[in-house]
Amino acid sequence: MTFFNHLGRFILMIRGMFSRPENFKMYWKELMHQCAELGIGSMGIIAIISVFIGAVSTVQTAYQLVSPLIPKSTIAQIVRDTIILEFAPTLSCIVLAGVVGSKIASELGNMRVSEQIDALEIMGINTKAYLVAPKILASLIMIPLLVIFAMVLGIWGGRFAGSAANILSGATFDRGLLSGFLAYNVFFALIKAYTFAFIISSVPAYYGYNVEGGALEIGRASTSAVVTSCIMILLADYVLAAILL
Amino acid sequence: MIELKNLKKSFGENVVINDVSAVMETGKCNLIIGASGSGKTVLMKCIVGLFTPDSGEIVYDEQEFIRMTTEEKKAMRQKIGMLFQGSALFDSMTVEQNIFFPLDMFTNSTRAEKQKRVDEVLDRVKLKDAHKKFPAEISGGMKKRVGIARAIVLNPKYLFCDEPNSGLDPQTSLVIDKLIKEITEEYNITTVINTHDMNSVMEIGDKIIYMYKGDKEWEGSNKEIIFSKNEKLNSFIFASEFLQDAKDMRMLEMKGKIDNDRDMDDLLKNGL
Repeated sequence: MTFFNHLGRFILMIRGMFSRPENFKMYWKELMHQCAELGIGSMGIIAIISVFIGAVSTVQTAYQLVSPLIPKSTIAQIVRDTIILEFAPTLSCIVLAGVVGSKIASELGNMRVSEQIDALEIMGINTKAYLVAPKILASLIMIPLLVIFAMVLGIWGGRFAGSAANILSGATFDRGLLSGFLAYNVFFALIKAYTFAFIISSVPAYYGYNVEGGALEIGRASTSAVVTSCIMILLADYVLAAILL
Repeated sequence: MIELKNLKKSFGENVVINDVSAVMETGKCNLIIGASGSGKTVLMKCIVGLFTPDSGEIVYDEQEFIRMTTEEKKAMRQKIGMLFQGSALFDSMTVEQNIFFPLDMFTNSTRAEKQKRVDEVLDRVKLKDAHKKFPAEISGGMKKRVGIARAIVLNPKYLFCDEPNSGLDPQTSLVIDKLIKEITEEYNITTVINTHDMNSVMEIGDKIIYMYKGDKEWEGSNKEIIFSKNEKLNSFIFASEFLQDAKDMRMLEMKGKIDNDRDMDDLLKNGL
Protein backbone atom coordinates (compact mmCIF):
# COMPACT_ATOMS: atom_id res chain seq x y z
CA MET A 1 0.00 0.00 0.00
CA THR A 2 1.38 3.39 -0.96
CA PHE A 3 2.20 6.19 1.45
CA PHE A 4 -0.64 8.32 0.05
CA ASN A 5 -3.11 5.47 0.45
CA HIS A 6 -2.14 5.17 4.14
CA LEU A 7 -2.31 8.95 4.54
CA GLY A 8 -5.77 9.10 2.96
CA ARG A 9 -7.09 6.33 5.20
CA PHE A 10 -5.50 7.97 8.23
CA ILE A 11 -7.19 11.29 7.43
CA LEU A 12 -10.51 9.50 6.92
CA MET A 13 -10.11 7.83 10.31
CA ILE A 14 -9.46 11.16 12.01
CA ARG A 15 -12.39 12.78 10.19
CA GLY A 16 -14.62 9.86 11.16
CA MET A 17 -14.01 10.57 14.87
CA PHE A 18 -15.99 13.78 14.77
CA SER A 19 -19.61 12.88 15.31
CA ARG A 20 -22.20 13.42 17.99
CA PRO A 21 -21.67 10.86 20.78
CA GLU A 22 -24.45 8.31 21.15
CA ASN A 23 -24.24 8.75 24.91
CA PHE A 24 -22.00 11.50 26.32
CA LYS A 25 -21.72 9.81 29.72
CA MET A 26 -20.34 6.61 28.20
CA TYR A 27 -17.81 8.57 26.13
CA TRP A 28 -16.72 10.51 29.21
CA LYS A 29 -16.31 7.24 31.11
CA GLU A 30 -14.18 5.85 28.29
CA LEU A 31 -12.07 9.03 28.21
CA MET A 32 -11.41 8.81 31.95
CA HIS A 33 -10.59 5.12 31.60
CA GLN A 34 -8.07 5.91 28.87
CA CYS A 35 -6.54 8.75 30.91
CA ALA A 36 -5.94 6.29 33.73
CA GLU A 37 -4.68 3.53 31.43
CA LEU A 38 -2.38 5.64 29.26
CA GLY A 39 -1.37 8.34 31.73
CA ILE A 40 -1.31 6.93 35.24
CA GLY A 41 -0.18 3.56 33.90
CA SER A 42 2.93 5.13 32.32
CA MET A 43 4.01 7.16 35.34
CA GLY A 44 6.28 4.45 36.75
CA ILE A 45 8.41 3.98 33.66
CA ILE A 46 8.60 7.73 33.05
CA ALA A 47 9.70 8.33 36.65
CA ILE A 48 12.49 5.72 36.45
CA ILE A 49 13.76 6.94 33.09
CA SER A 50 13.67 10.63 34.05
CA VAL A 51 15.52 10.24 37.32
CA PHE A 52 18.29 8.20 35.72
CA ILE A 53 18.57 10.40 32.64
CA GLY A 54 18.86 13.45 34.90
CA ALA A 55 21.50 11.74 37.04
CA VAL A 56 23.53 10.57 34.05
CA SER A 57 23.31 14.03 32.47
CA THR A 58 24.83 15.62 35.56
CA VAL A 59 27.63 13.08 35.86
CA GLN A 60 28.51 13.18 32.15
CA THR A 61 28.31 16.97 31.87
CA ALA A 62 30.63 17.30 34.88
CA TYR A 63 32.99 14.82 33.24
CA GLN A 64 33.21 16.98 30.12
CA LEU A 65 33.42 20.39 31.84
CA VAL A 66 36.93 20.11 33.17
CA SER A 67 37.98 23.75 32.74
CA PRO A 68 38.42 25.55 36.08
CA LEU A 69 37.17 28.72 34.36
CA ILE A 70 33.65 27.32 33.99
CA PRO A 71 31.63 27.55 37.22
CA LYS A 72 30.07 24.35 38.57
CA SER A 73 26.62 25.89 38.40
CA THR A 74 26.90 25.69 34.59
CA ILE A 75 26.38 21.92 34.95
CA ALA A 76 22.92 22.59 36.39
CA GLN A 77 22.13 25.01 33.55
CA ILE A 78 23.13 22.45 30.92
CA VAL A 79 21.24 19.63 32.64
CA ARG A 80 18.14 21.85 33.01
CA ASP A 81 18.06 22.93 29.38
CA THR A 82 18.88 19.49 28.02
CA ILE A 83 16.15 17.91 30.08
CA ILE A 84 13.54 20.57 29.33
CA LEU A 85 14.31 20.88 25.63
CA GLU A 86 15.09 17.33 24.66
CA PHE A 87 15.14 14.55 27.20
CA ALA A 88 11.78 15.12 28.89
CA PRO A 89 9.68 15.61 25.76
CA THR A 90 11.51 13.52 23.18
CA LEU A 91 13.03 10.65 25.12
CA SER A 92 9.91 10.22 27.27
CA CYS A 93 7.74 10.21 24.17
CA ILE A 94 9.98 7.69 22.39
CA VAL A 95 9.54 5.42 25.42
CA LEU A 96 5.80 6.16 25.51
CA ALA A 97 5.56 5.31 21.80
CA GLY A 98 6.67 1.83 22.80
CA VAL A 99 4.56 1.53 25.94
CA VAL A 100 1.39 3.35 24.92
CA GLY A 101 1.68 2.82 21.17
CA SER A 102 1.96 -0.96 21.32
CA LYS A 103 -0.88 -1.06 23.85
CA ILE A 104 -3.20 0.98 21.63
CA ALA A 105 -2.30 -0.94 18.45
CA SER A 106 -2.65 -4.37 20.02
CA GLU A 107 -5.86 -3.50 21.88
CA LEU A 108 -7.58 -2.16 18.76
CA GLY A 109 -6.07 -4.90 16.60
CA ASN A 110 -7.39 -7.58 18.91
CA MET A 111 -10.81 -5.92 18.95
CA ARG A 112 -10.80 -5.82 15.14
CA VAL A 113 -9.70 -9.44 14.69
CA SER A 114 -12.14 -10.78 17.30
CA GLU A 115 -15.00 -8.81 15.66
CA GLN A 116 -15.56 -6.65 18.75
CA ILE A 117 -15.33 -3.53 16.56
CA ASP A 118 -17.90 -5.04 14.17
CA ALA A 119 -20.12 -5.79 17.18
CA LEU A 120 -19.99 -2.13 18.22
CA GLU A 121 -20.70 -0.99 14.64
CA ILE A 122 -23.72 -3.29 14.46
CA MET A 123 -25.04 -1.71 17.66
CA GLY A 124 -24.94 1.64 15.85
CA ILE A 125 -21.87 3.02 17.62
CA ASN A 126 -19.33 5.12 15.72
CA THR A 127 -16.27 3.06 16.64
CA LYS A 128 -13.82 5.70 15.49
CA ALA A 129 -15.43 8.17 17.86
CA TYR A 130 -15.87 5.71 20.73
CA LEU A 131 -12.60 3.77 20.51
CA VAL A 132 -10.06 6.01 18.78
CA ALA A 133 -11.02 9.55 19.84
CA PRO A 134 -10.83 8.93 23.63
CA LYS A 135 -7.36 7.42 23.20
CA ILE A 136 -6.09 10.44 21.26
CA LEU A 137 -7.78 12.89 23.60
CA ALA A 138 -6.47 11.07 26.69
CA SER A 139 -2.96 11.16 25.23
CA LEU A 140 -3.27 14.88 24.52
CA ILE A 141 -4.31 15.43 28.13
CA MET A 142 -1.93 13.06 29.89
CA ILE A 143 1.30 13.04 27.85
CA PRO A 144 2.08 16.77 28.32
CA LEU A 145 1.50 16.21 32.06
CA LEU A 146 3.87 13.24 31.95
CA VAL A 147 6.44 15.40 30.16
CA ILE A 148 6.22 18.04 32.92
CA PHE A 149 6.51 15.23 35.46
CA ALA A 150 9.60 13.97 33.57
CA MET A 151 11.14 17.47 33.59
CA VAL A 152 10.75 17.80 37.36
CA LEU A 153 12.04 14.32 38.13
CA GLY A 154 14.88 14.60 35.62
CA ILE A 155 16.15 17.80 37.19
CA TRP A 156 15.71 16.34 40.66
CA GLY A 157 17.65 13.25 39.55
CA GLY A 158 20.44 15.49 38.27
CA ARG A 159 20.54 17.45 41.51
CA PHE A 160 20.55 14.28 43.58
CA ALA A 161 23.36 12.70 41.50
CA GLY A 162 25.40 15.91 41.69
CA SER A 163 25.26 15.89 45.49
CA ALA A 164 25.68 12.12 45.84
CA ALA A 165 28.78 12.06 43.64
CA ASN A 166 30.21 15.21 45.24
CA ILE A 167 30.20 16.97 41.86
CA LEU A 168 28.33 20.04 43.06
CA SER A 169 26.29 20.92 46.10
CA GLY A 170 22.53 21.25 46.10
CA ALA A 171 22.81 25.00 46.61
CA THR A 172 25.17 25.37 43.62
CA PHE A 173 22.86 23.26 41.50
CA ASP A 174 19.86 25.41 42.51
CA ARG A 175 21.77 28.59 41.66
CA GLY A 176 22.60 27.24 38.21
CA LEU A 177 19.03 26.07 37.77
CA LEU A 178 17.66 29.59 38.23
CA SER A 179 20.32 31.31 36.21
CA GLY A 180 19.33 32.22 32.62
CA PHE A 181 16.06 30.33 32.77
CA LEU A 182 13.86 30.85 29.71
CA ALA A 183 10.16 30.13 30.15
CA TYR A 184 9.91 29.82 26.35
CA ASN A 185 11.86 26.54 26.59
CA VAL A 186 9.07 25.01 28.65
CA PHE A 187 6.50 26.36 26.18
CA PHE A 188 8.51 24.82 23.33
CA ALA A 189 8.74 21.50 25.18
CA LEU A 190 4.98 21.49 25.66
CA ILE A 191 4.39 22.14 21.96
CA LYS A 192 6.60 19.14 21.28
CA ALA A 193 4.71 17.11 23.89
CA TYR A 194 1.32 17.85 22.27
CA THR A 195 2.67 17.02 18.81
CA PHE A 196 4.24 13.77 20.00
CA ALA A 197 1.12 12.86 22.00
CA PHE A 198 -0.94 13.06 18.82
CA ILE A 199 1.59 10.91 16.95
CA ILE A 200 1.90 8.35 19.78
CA SER A 201 -1.86 7.80 19.93
CA SER A 202 -3.13 8.31 16.38
CA VAL A 203 -0.52 6.31 14.46
CA PRO A 204 -0.90 3.11 16.56
CA ALA A 205 -4.69 3.61 16.55
CA TYR A 206 -4.58 3.68 12.74
CA TYR A 207 -2.49 0.52 12.57
CA GLY A 208 -4.59 -1.31 15.16
CA TYR A 209 -7.96 -0.22 13.78
CA ASN A 210 -7.08 -1.46 10.29
CA VAL A 211 -5.56 -4.83 11.17
CA GLU A 212 -6.62 -7.64 8.87
CA GLY A 213 -5.88 -11.25 9.73
CA GLY A 214 -5.00 -12.82 13.06
CA ALA A 215 -2.56 -12.82 15.94
CA LEU A 216 0.48 -12.54 13.68
CA GLU A 217 -0.89 -9.42 12.02
CA ILE A 218 -1.67 -7.86 15.41
CA GLY A 219 2.00 -8.31 16.35
CA ARG A 220 3.13 -6.87 13.03
CA ALA A 221 0.77 -3.92 13.35
CA SER A 222 2.03 -3.25 16.85
CA THR A 223 5.67 -3.29 15.71
CA SER A 224 4.94 -1.12 12.65
CA ALA A 225 3.01 1.31 14.84
CA VAL A 226 5.90 1.74 17.28
CA VAL A 227 8.56 2.03 14.55
CA THR A 228 6.51 4.54 12.53
CA SER A 229 5.68 6.56 15.66
CA CYS A 230 9.35 6.73 16.67
CA ILE A 231 10.43 7.87 13.21
CA MET A 232 7.66 10.46 13.09
CA ILE A 233 8.58 11.73 16.57
CA LEU A 234 12.20 12.22 15.54
CA LEU A 235 11.15 13.91 12.30
CA ALA A 236 8.69 16.19 14.11
CA ASP A 237 11.36 16.91 16.75
CA TYR A 238 13.72 18.22 14.08
CA VAL A 239 11.02 20.18 12.21
CA LEU A 240 9.77 21.86 15.41
CA ALA A 241 13.30 22.72 16.52
CA ALA A 242 14.09 24.19 13.11
CA ILE A 243 10.91 26.26 13.08
CA LEU A 244 10.56 27.35 16.70
CA LEU A 245 14.08 27.74 18.02
CA MET B 1 -39.12 -8.81 6.83
CA ILE B 2 -35.91 -8.12 4.96
CA GLU B 3 -35.89 -7.99 1.19
CA LEU B 4 -32.71 -8.28 -0.85
CA LYS B 5 -33.02 -7.02 -4.40
CA ASN B 6 -30.34 -7.79 -7.00
CA LEU B 7 -27.42 -7.44 -4.59
CA LYS B 8 -23.97 -7.40 -6.11
CA LYS B 9 -20.63 -7.15 -4.36
CA SER B 10 -17.13 -7.47 -5.79
CA PHE B 11 -13.65 -7.11 -4.34
CA GLY B 12 -11.57 -5.91 -7.27
CA GLU B 13 -12.13 -8.37 -10.11
CA ASN B 14 -13.51 -11.01 -7.76
CA VAL B 15 -17.33 -11.10 -7.85
CA VAL B 16 -18.42 -12.39 -4.44
CA ILE B 17 -22.16 -11.71 -4.55
CA ASN B 18 -23.78 -11.91 -7.95
CA ASP B 19 -27.29 -10.52 -8.34
CA VAL B 20 -28.83 -12.09 -5.25
CA SER B 21 -32.49 -11.46 -4.47
CA ALA B 22 -34.27 -13.03 -1.52
CA VAL B 23 -36.83 -12.38 1.20
CA MET B 24 -36.09 -13.02 4.88
CA GLU B 25 -39.36 -13.64 6.65
CA THR B 26 -40.44 -12.33 10.04
CA GLY B 27 -40.83 -14.83 12.88
CA LYS B 28 -38.79 -17.40 11.03
CA CYS B 29 -35.21 -18.65 11.01
CA ASN B 30 -33.84 -17.75 7.59
CA LEU B 31 -30.67 -19.70 6.90
CA ILE B 32 -27.97 -18.81 4.41
CA ILE B 33 -25.96 -21.93 3.69
CA GLY B 34 -23.09 -22.70 1.39
CA ALA B 35 -19.54 -23.94 1.25
CA SER B 36 -16.62 -21.81 2.44
CA GLY B 37 -16.01 -19.02 -0.07
CA SER B 38 -19.56 -19.16 -1.45
CA GLY B 39 -20.24 -15.58 -0.37
CA LYS B 40 -22.58 -16.17 2.57
CA THR B 41 -20.54 -14.17 5.10
CA VAL B 42 -20.13 -11.28 2.64
CA LEU B 43 -23.87 -11.41 1.96
CA MET B 44 -24.64 -11.18 5.68
CA LYS B 45 -22.13 -8.35 6.15
CA CYS B 46 -23.81 -6.51 3.28
CA ILE B 47 -27.23 -6.97 4.88
CA VAL B 48 -26.11 -5.61 8.26
CA GLY B 49 -24.17 -2.77 6.64
CA LEU B 50 -20.61 -3.79 7.44
CA PHE B 51 -19.99 -3.93 3.67
CA THR B 52 -21.62 -1.65 1.13
CA PRO B 53 -22.94 -3.56 -1.90
CA ASP B 54 -21.91 -2.36 -5.37
CA SER B 55 -25.55 -2.35 -6.45
CA GLY B 56 -28.97 -3.58 -5.38
CA GLU B 57 -31.28 -2.82 -2.50
CA ILE B 58 -31.71 -4.02 1.08
CA VAL B 59 -35.16 -3.26 2.41
CA TYR B 60 -35.91 -3.58 6.12
CA ASP B 61 -39.70 -3.51 6.49
CA GLU B 62 -40.13 -1.10 3.59
CA GLN B 63 -37.13 1.06 4.59
CA GLU B 64 -34.30 1.03 2.07
CA PHE B 65 -31.10 0.56 4.09
CA ILE B 66 -28.24 1.40 1.71
CA ARG B 67 -29.43 4.90 0.87
CA MET B 68 -30.19 5.83 4.49
CA THR B 69 -28.25 8.71 6.06
CA THR B 70 -25.65 7.88 8.72
CA GLU B 71 -28.07 8.90 11.47
CA GLU B 72 -30.89 6.80 9.97
CA LYS B 73 -28.54 3.83 9.73
CA LYS B 74 -27.55 4.32 13.37
CA ALA B 75 -31.21 4.27 14.37
CA MET B 76 -31.86 1.19 12.25
CA ARG B 77 -28.88 -0.63 13.74
CA GLN B 78 -30.38 -0.28 17.18
CA LYS B 79 -33.11 -2.61 15.91
CA ILE B 80 -30.48 -5.15 14.88
CA GLY B 81 -28.87 -7.74 17.13
CA MET B 82 -26.01 -9.88 15.98
CA LEU B 83 -24.34 -13.01 17.26
CA PHE B 84 -20.82 -13.29 15.86
CA GLN B 85 -18.92 -16.43 14.96
CA GLY B 86 -16.42 -15.89 17.78
CA SER B 87 -19.12 -14.32 20.00
CA ALA B 88 -17.23 -10.97 19.90
CA LEU B 89 -17.71 -10.39 23.62
CA PHE B 90 -15.76 -7.46 25.08
CA ASP B 91 -13.04 -9.31 26.92
CA SER B 92 -12.27 -6.52 29.36
CA MET B 93 -15.85 -6.71 30.66
CA THR B 94 -17.67 -9.36 32.69
CA VAL B 95 -20.64 -11.23 31.24
CA GLU B 96 -22.99 -8.85 33.02
CA GLN B 97 -21.12 -5.73 31.85
CA ASN B 98 -21.21 -7.04 28.26
CA ILE B 99 -25.00 -7.11 28.41
CA PHE B 100 -25.24 -3.83 30.32
CA PHE B 101 -23.25 -2.12 27.58
CA PRO B 102 -26.01 -1.65 24.96
CA LEU B 103 -28.43 -0.63 27.72
CA ASP B 104 -25.99 1.95 29.09
CA MET B 105 -25.28 3.29 25.61
CA PHE B 106 -28.80 3.50 24.24
CA THR B 107 -31.31 3.71 27.08
CA ASN B 108 -32.04 6.15 29.86
CA SER B 109 -33.38 3.49 32.20
CA THR B 110 -32.44 3.46 35.86
CA ARG B 111 -29.75 1.13 37.15
CA ALA B 112 -32.40 -1.12 38.74
CA GLU B 113 -34.37 -1.36 35.48
CA LYS B 114 -31.24 -2.22 33.55
CA GLN B 115 -30.24 -4.83 36.12
CA LYS B 116 -33.71 -6.37 35.85
CA ARG B 117 -33.41 -6.56 32.06
CA VAL B 118 -29.91 -8.06 32.25
CA ASP B 119 -31.12 -10.70 34.69
CA GLU B 120 -34.10 -11.42 32.42
CA VAL B 121 -32.04 -12.02 29.30
CA LEU B 122 -29.39 -14.03 31.12
CA ASP B 123 -32.16 -16.12 32.60
CA ARG B 124 -33.69 -16.46 29.12
CA VAL B 125 -30.46 -17.92 27.73
CA LYS B 126 -30.17 -20.13 30.83
CA LEU B 127 -27.10 -18.43 32.29
CA LYS B 128 -27.89 -17.62 35.88
CA ASP B 129 -24.53 -17.93 37.60
CA ALA B 130 -22.18 -16.33 35.13
CA HIS B 131 -22.83 -12.64 35.82
CA LYS B 132 -19.43 -11.83 37.26
CA LYS B 133 -17.32 -14.08 35.05
CA PHE B 134 -15.10 -12.79 32.27
CA PRO B 135 -15.43 -14.20 28.73
CA ALA B 136 -12.09 -15.98 29.14
CA GLU B 137 -13.54 -17.92 32.10
CA ILE B 138 -16.55 -19.42 30.32
CA SER B 139 -17.00 -22.16 27.71
CA GLY B 140 -17.65 -21.65 24.00
CA GLY B 141 -21.33 -22.55 24.36
CA MET B 142 -21.74 -20.11 27.25
CA LYS B 143 -20.04 -17.38 25.19
CA LYS B 144 -22.56 -17.96 22.41
CA ARG B 145 -25.39 -17.67 24.91
CA VAL B 146 -23.96 -14.45 26.31
CA GLY B 147 -23.67 -13.24 22.69
CA ILE B 148 -27.35 -14.06 22.14
CA ALA B 149 -28.29 -12.33 25.41
CA ARG B 150 -26.39 -9.18 24.35
CA ALA B 151 -27.98 -9.32 20.90
CA ILE B 152 -31.54 -9.47 22.27
CA VAL B 153 -31.21 -7.15 25.27
CA LEU B 154 -32.54 -4.13 23.34
CA ASN B 155 -35.46 -6.16 21.91
CA PRO B 156 -34.25 -6.15 18.30
CA LYS B 157 -36.53 -6.64 15.32
CA TYR B 158 -33.80 -8.40 13.39
CA LEU B 159 -31.34 -10.99 14.66
CA PHE B 160 -28.29 -12.04 12.67
CA CYS B 161 -26.22 -15.07 13.63
CA ASP B 162 -22.93 -15.74 11.90
CA GLU B 163 -21.99 -19.41 12.23
CA PRO B 164 -23.65 -19.78 15.65
CA ASN B 165 -22.48 -23.38 16.00
CA SER B 166 -18.87 -23.06 14.92
CA GLY B 167 -16.54 -24.66 17.43
CA LEU B 168 -19.35 -26.23 19.45
CA ASP B 169 -20.06 -29.88 20.08
CA PRO B 170 -23.26 -31.30 18.50
CA GLN B 171 -25.26 -31.26 21.74
CA THR B 172 -24.39 -27.66 22.57
CA SER B 173 -25.12 -26.76 18.95
CA LEU B 174 -28.61 -28.17 19.35
CA VAL B 175 -29.12 -26.10 22.49
CA ILE B 176 -28.02 -22.92 20.69
CA ASP B 177 -30.19 -23.71 17.65
CA LYS B 178 -33.22 -24.36 19.84
CA LEU B 179 -32.59 -21.15 21.76
CA ILE B 180 -32.37 -19.08 18.57
CA LYS B 181 -35.54 -20.70 17.25
CA GLU B 182 -37.43 -20.05 20.51
CA ILE B 183 -36.30 -16.43 20.68
CA THR B 184 -37.25 -15.88 17.02
CA GLU B 185 -40.76 -17.11 17.64
CA GLU B 186 -41.16 -15.58 21.09
CA TYR B 187 -40.19 -12.04 20.02
CA ASN B 188 -41.44 -12.45 16.42
CA ILE B 189 -38.17 -11.25 14.98
CA THR B 190 -36.58 -11.76 11.58
CA THR B 191 -33.65 -14.06 12.16
CA VAL B 192 -30.95 -14.59 9.56
CA ILE B 193 -28.45 -17.37 10.24
CA ASN B 194 -25.31 -18.00 8.31
CA THR B 195 -24.26 -21.62 8.69
CA HIS B 196 -22.93 -24.75 7.09
CA ASP B 197 -24.03 -26.96 9.94
CA MET B 198 -26.50 -29.45 8.47
CA ASN B 199 -28.01 -30.18 11.88
CA SER B 200 -29.08 -26.53 12.08
CA VAL B 201 -30.43 -26.67 8.56
CA MET B 202 -32.63 -29.62 9.38
CA GLU B 203 -33.69 -28.47 12.84
CA ILE B 204 -34.42 -24.79 12.44
CA GLY B 205 -34.29 -23.99 8.72
CA ASP B 206 -37.73 -22.44 8.18
CA LYS B 207 -36.31 -20.86 5.09
CA ILE B 208 -33.01 -21.79 3.47
CA ILE B 209 -30.99 -19.97 0.85
CA TYR B 210 -28.16 -21.96 -0.69
CA MET B 211 -25.27 -19.88 -2.02
CA TYR B 212 -22.90 -21.27 -4.62
CA LYS B 213 -19.96 -19.18 -5.86
CA GLY B 214 -21.78 -15.91 -5.19
CA ASP B 215 -25.09 -16.96 -6.73
CA LYS B 216 -28.30 -17.92 -5.00
CA GLU B 217 -28.45 -21.49 -6.22
CA TRP B 218 -31.49 -22.79 -4.34
CA GLU B 219 -34.20 -21.59 -1.97
CA GLY B 220 -36.62 -23.62 0.11
CA SER B 221 -37.30 -25.02 3.57
CA ASN B 222 -35.86 -27.83 5.69
CA LYS B 223 -38.81 -29.94 4.62
CA GLU B 224 -37.89 -29.48 0.97
CA ILE B 225 -34.12 -29.58 1.09
CA ILE B 226 -33.70 -33.33 1.35
CA PHE B 227 -35.98 -33.84 -1.63
CA SER B 228 -34.14 -31.31 -3.74
CA LYS B 229 -32.91 -32.46 -7.12
CA ASN B 230 -30.34 -29.65 -7.29
CA GLU B 231 -27.03 -31.45 -7.81
CA LYS B 232 -24.85 -28.68 -6.37
CA LEU B 233 -27.01 -28.51 -3.27
CA ASN B 234 -27.03 -32.29 -2.88
CA SER B 235 -23.27 -32.54 -3.23
CA PHE B 236 -22.97 -29.85 -0.52
CA ILE B 237 -25.40 -31.21 2.04
CA PHE B 238 -24.74 -34.90 1.53
CA ALA B 239 -21.00 -34.62 1.15
CA SER B 240 -20.26 -38.06 2.65
CA GLU B 241 -21.74 -41.53 2.35
CA PHE B 242 -22.73 -41.28 5.99
CA LEU B 243 -24.79 -38.18 5.30
CA GLN B 244 -26.28 -39.79 2.22
CA ASP B 245 -27.38 -42.68 4.43
CA ALA B 246 -28.70 -40.17 6.95
CA LYS B 247 -30.70 -38.55 4.16
CA ASP B 248 -32.22 -41.90 3.22
CA MET B 249 -33.07 -42.58 6.87
CA ARG B 250 -34.58 -39.11 7.25
CA MET B 251 -36.75 -39.68 4.18
CA LEU B 252 -37.91 -42.97 5.59
CA GLU B 253 -38.69 -41.22 8.91
CA MET B 254 -40.66 -38.53 7.17
CA LYS B 255 -42.60 -41.07 5.19
CA GLY B 256 -43.38 -42.84 8.47
CA LYS B 257 -41.65 -46.04 7.42
CA ILE B 258 -39.33 -45.98 10.44
CA ASP B 259 -39.72 -44.40 13.90
CA ASN B 260 -38.10 -41.13 14.82
CA ASP B 261 -36.90 -41.87 18.35
CA ARG B 262 -34.86 -38.70 19.00
CA ASP B 263 -36.02 -37.12 22.22
CA MET B 264 -35.02 -33.46 21.91
CA ASP B 265 -36.45 -32.42 25.29
CA ASP B 266 -34.50 -35.09 27.08
CA LEU B 267 -31.36 -34.17 25.18
CA LEU B 268 -31.69 -30.51 26.04
CA LYS B 269 -32.45 -31.25 29.68
CA ASN B 270 -29.66 -33.71 30.34
CA GLY B 271 -27.30 -33.10 27.48
CA LEU B 272 -25.15 -30.38 29.00
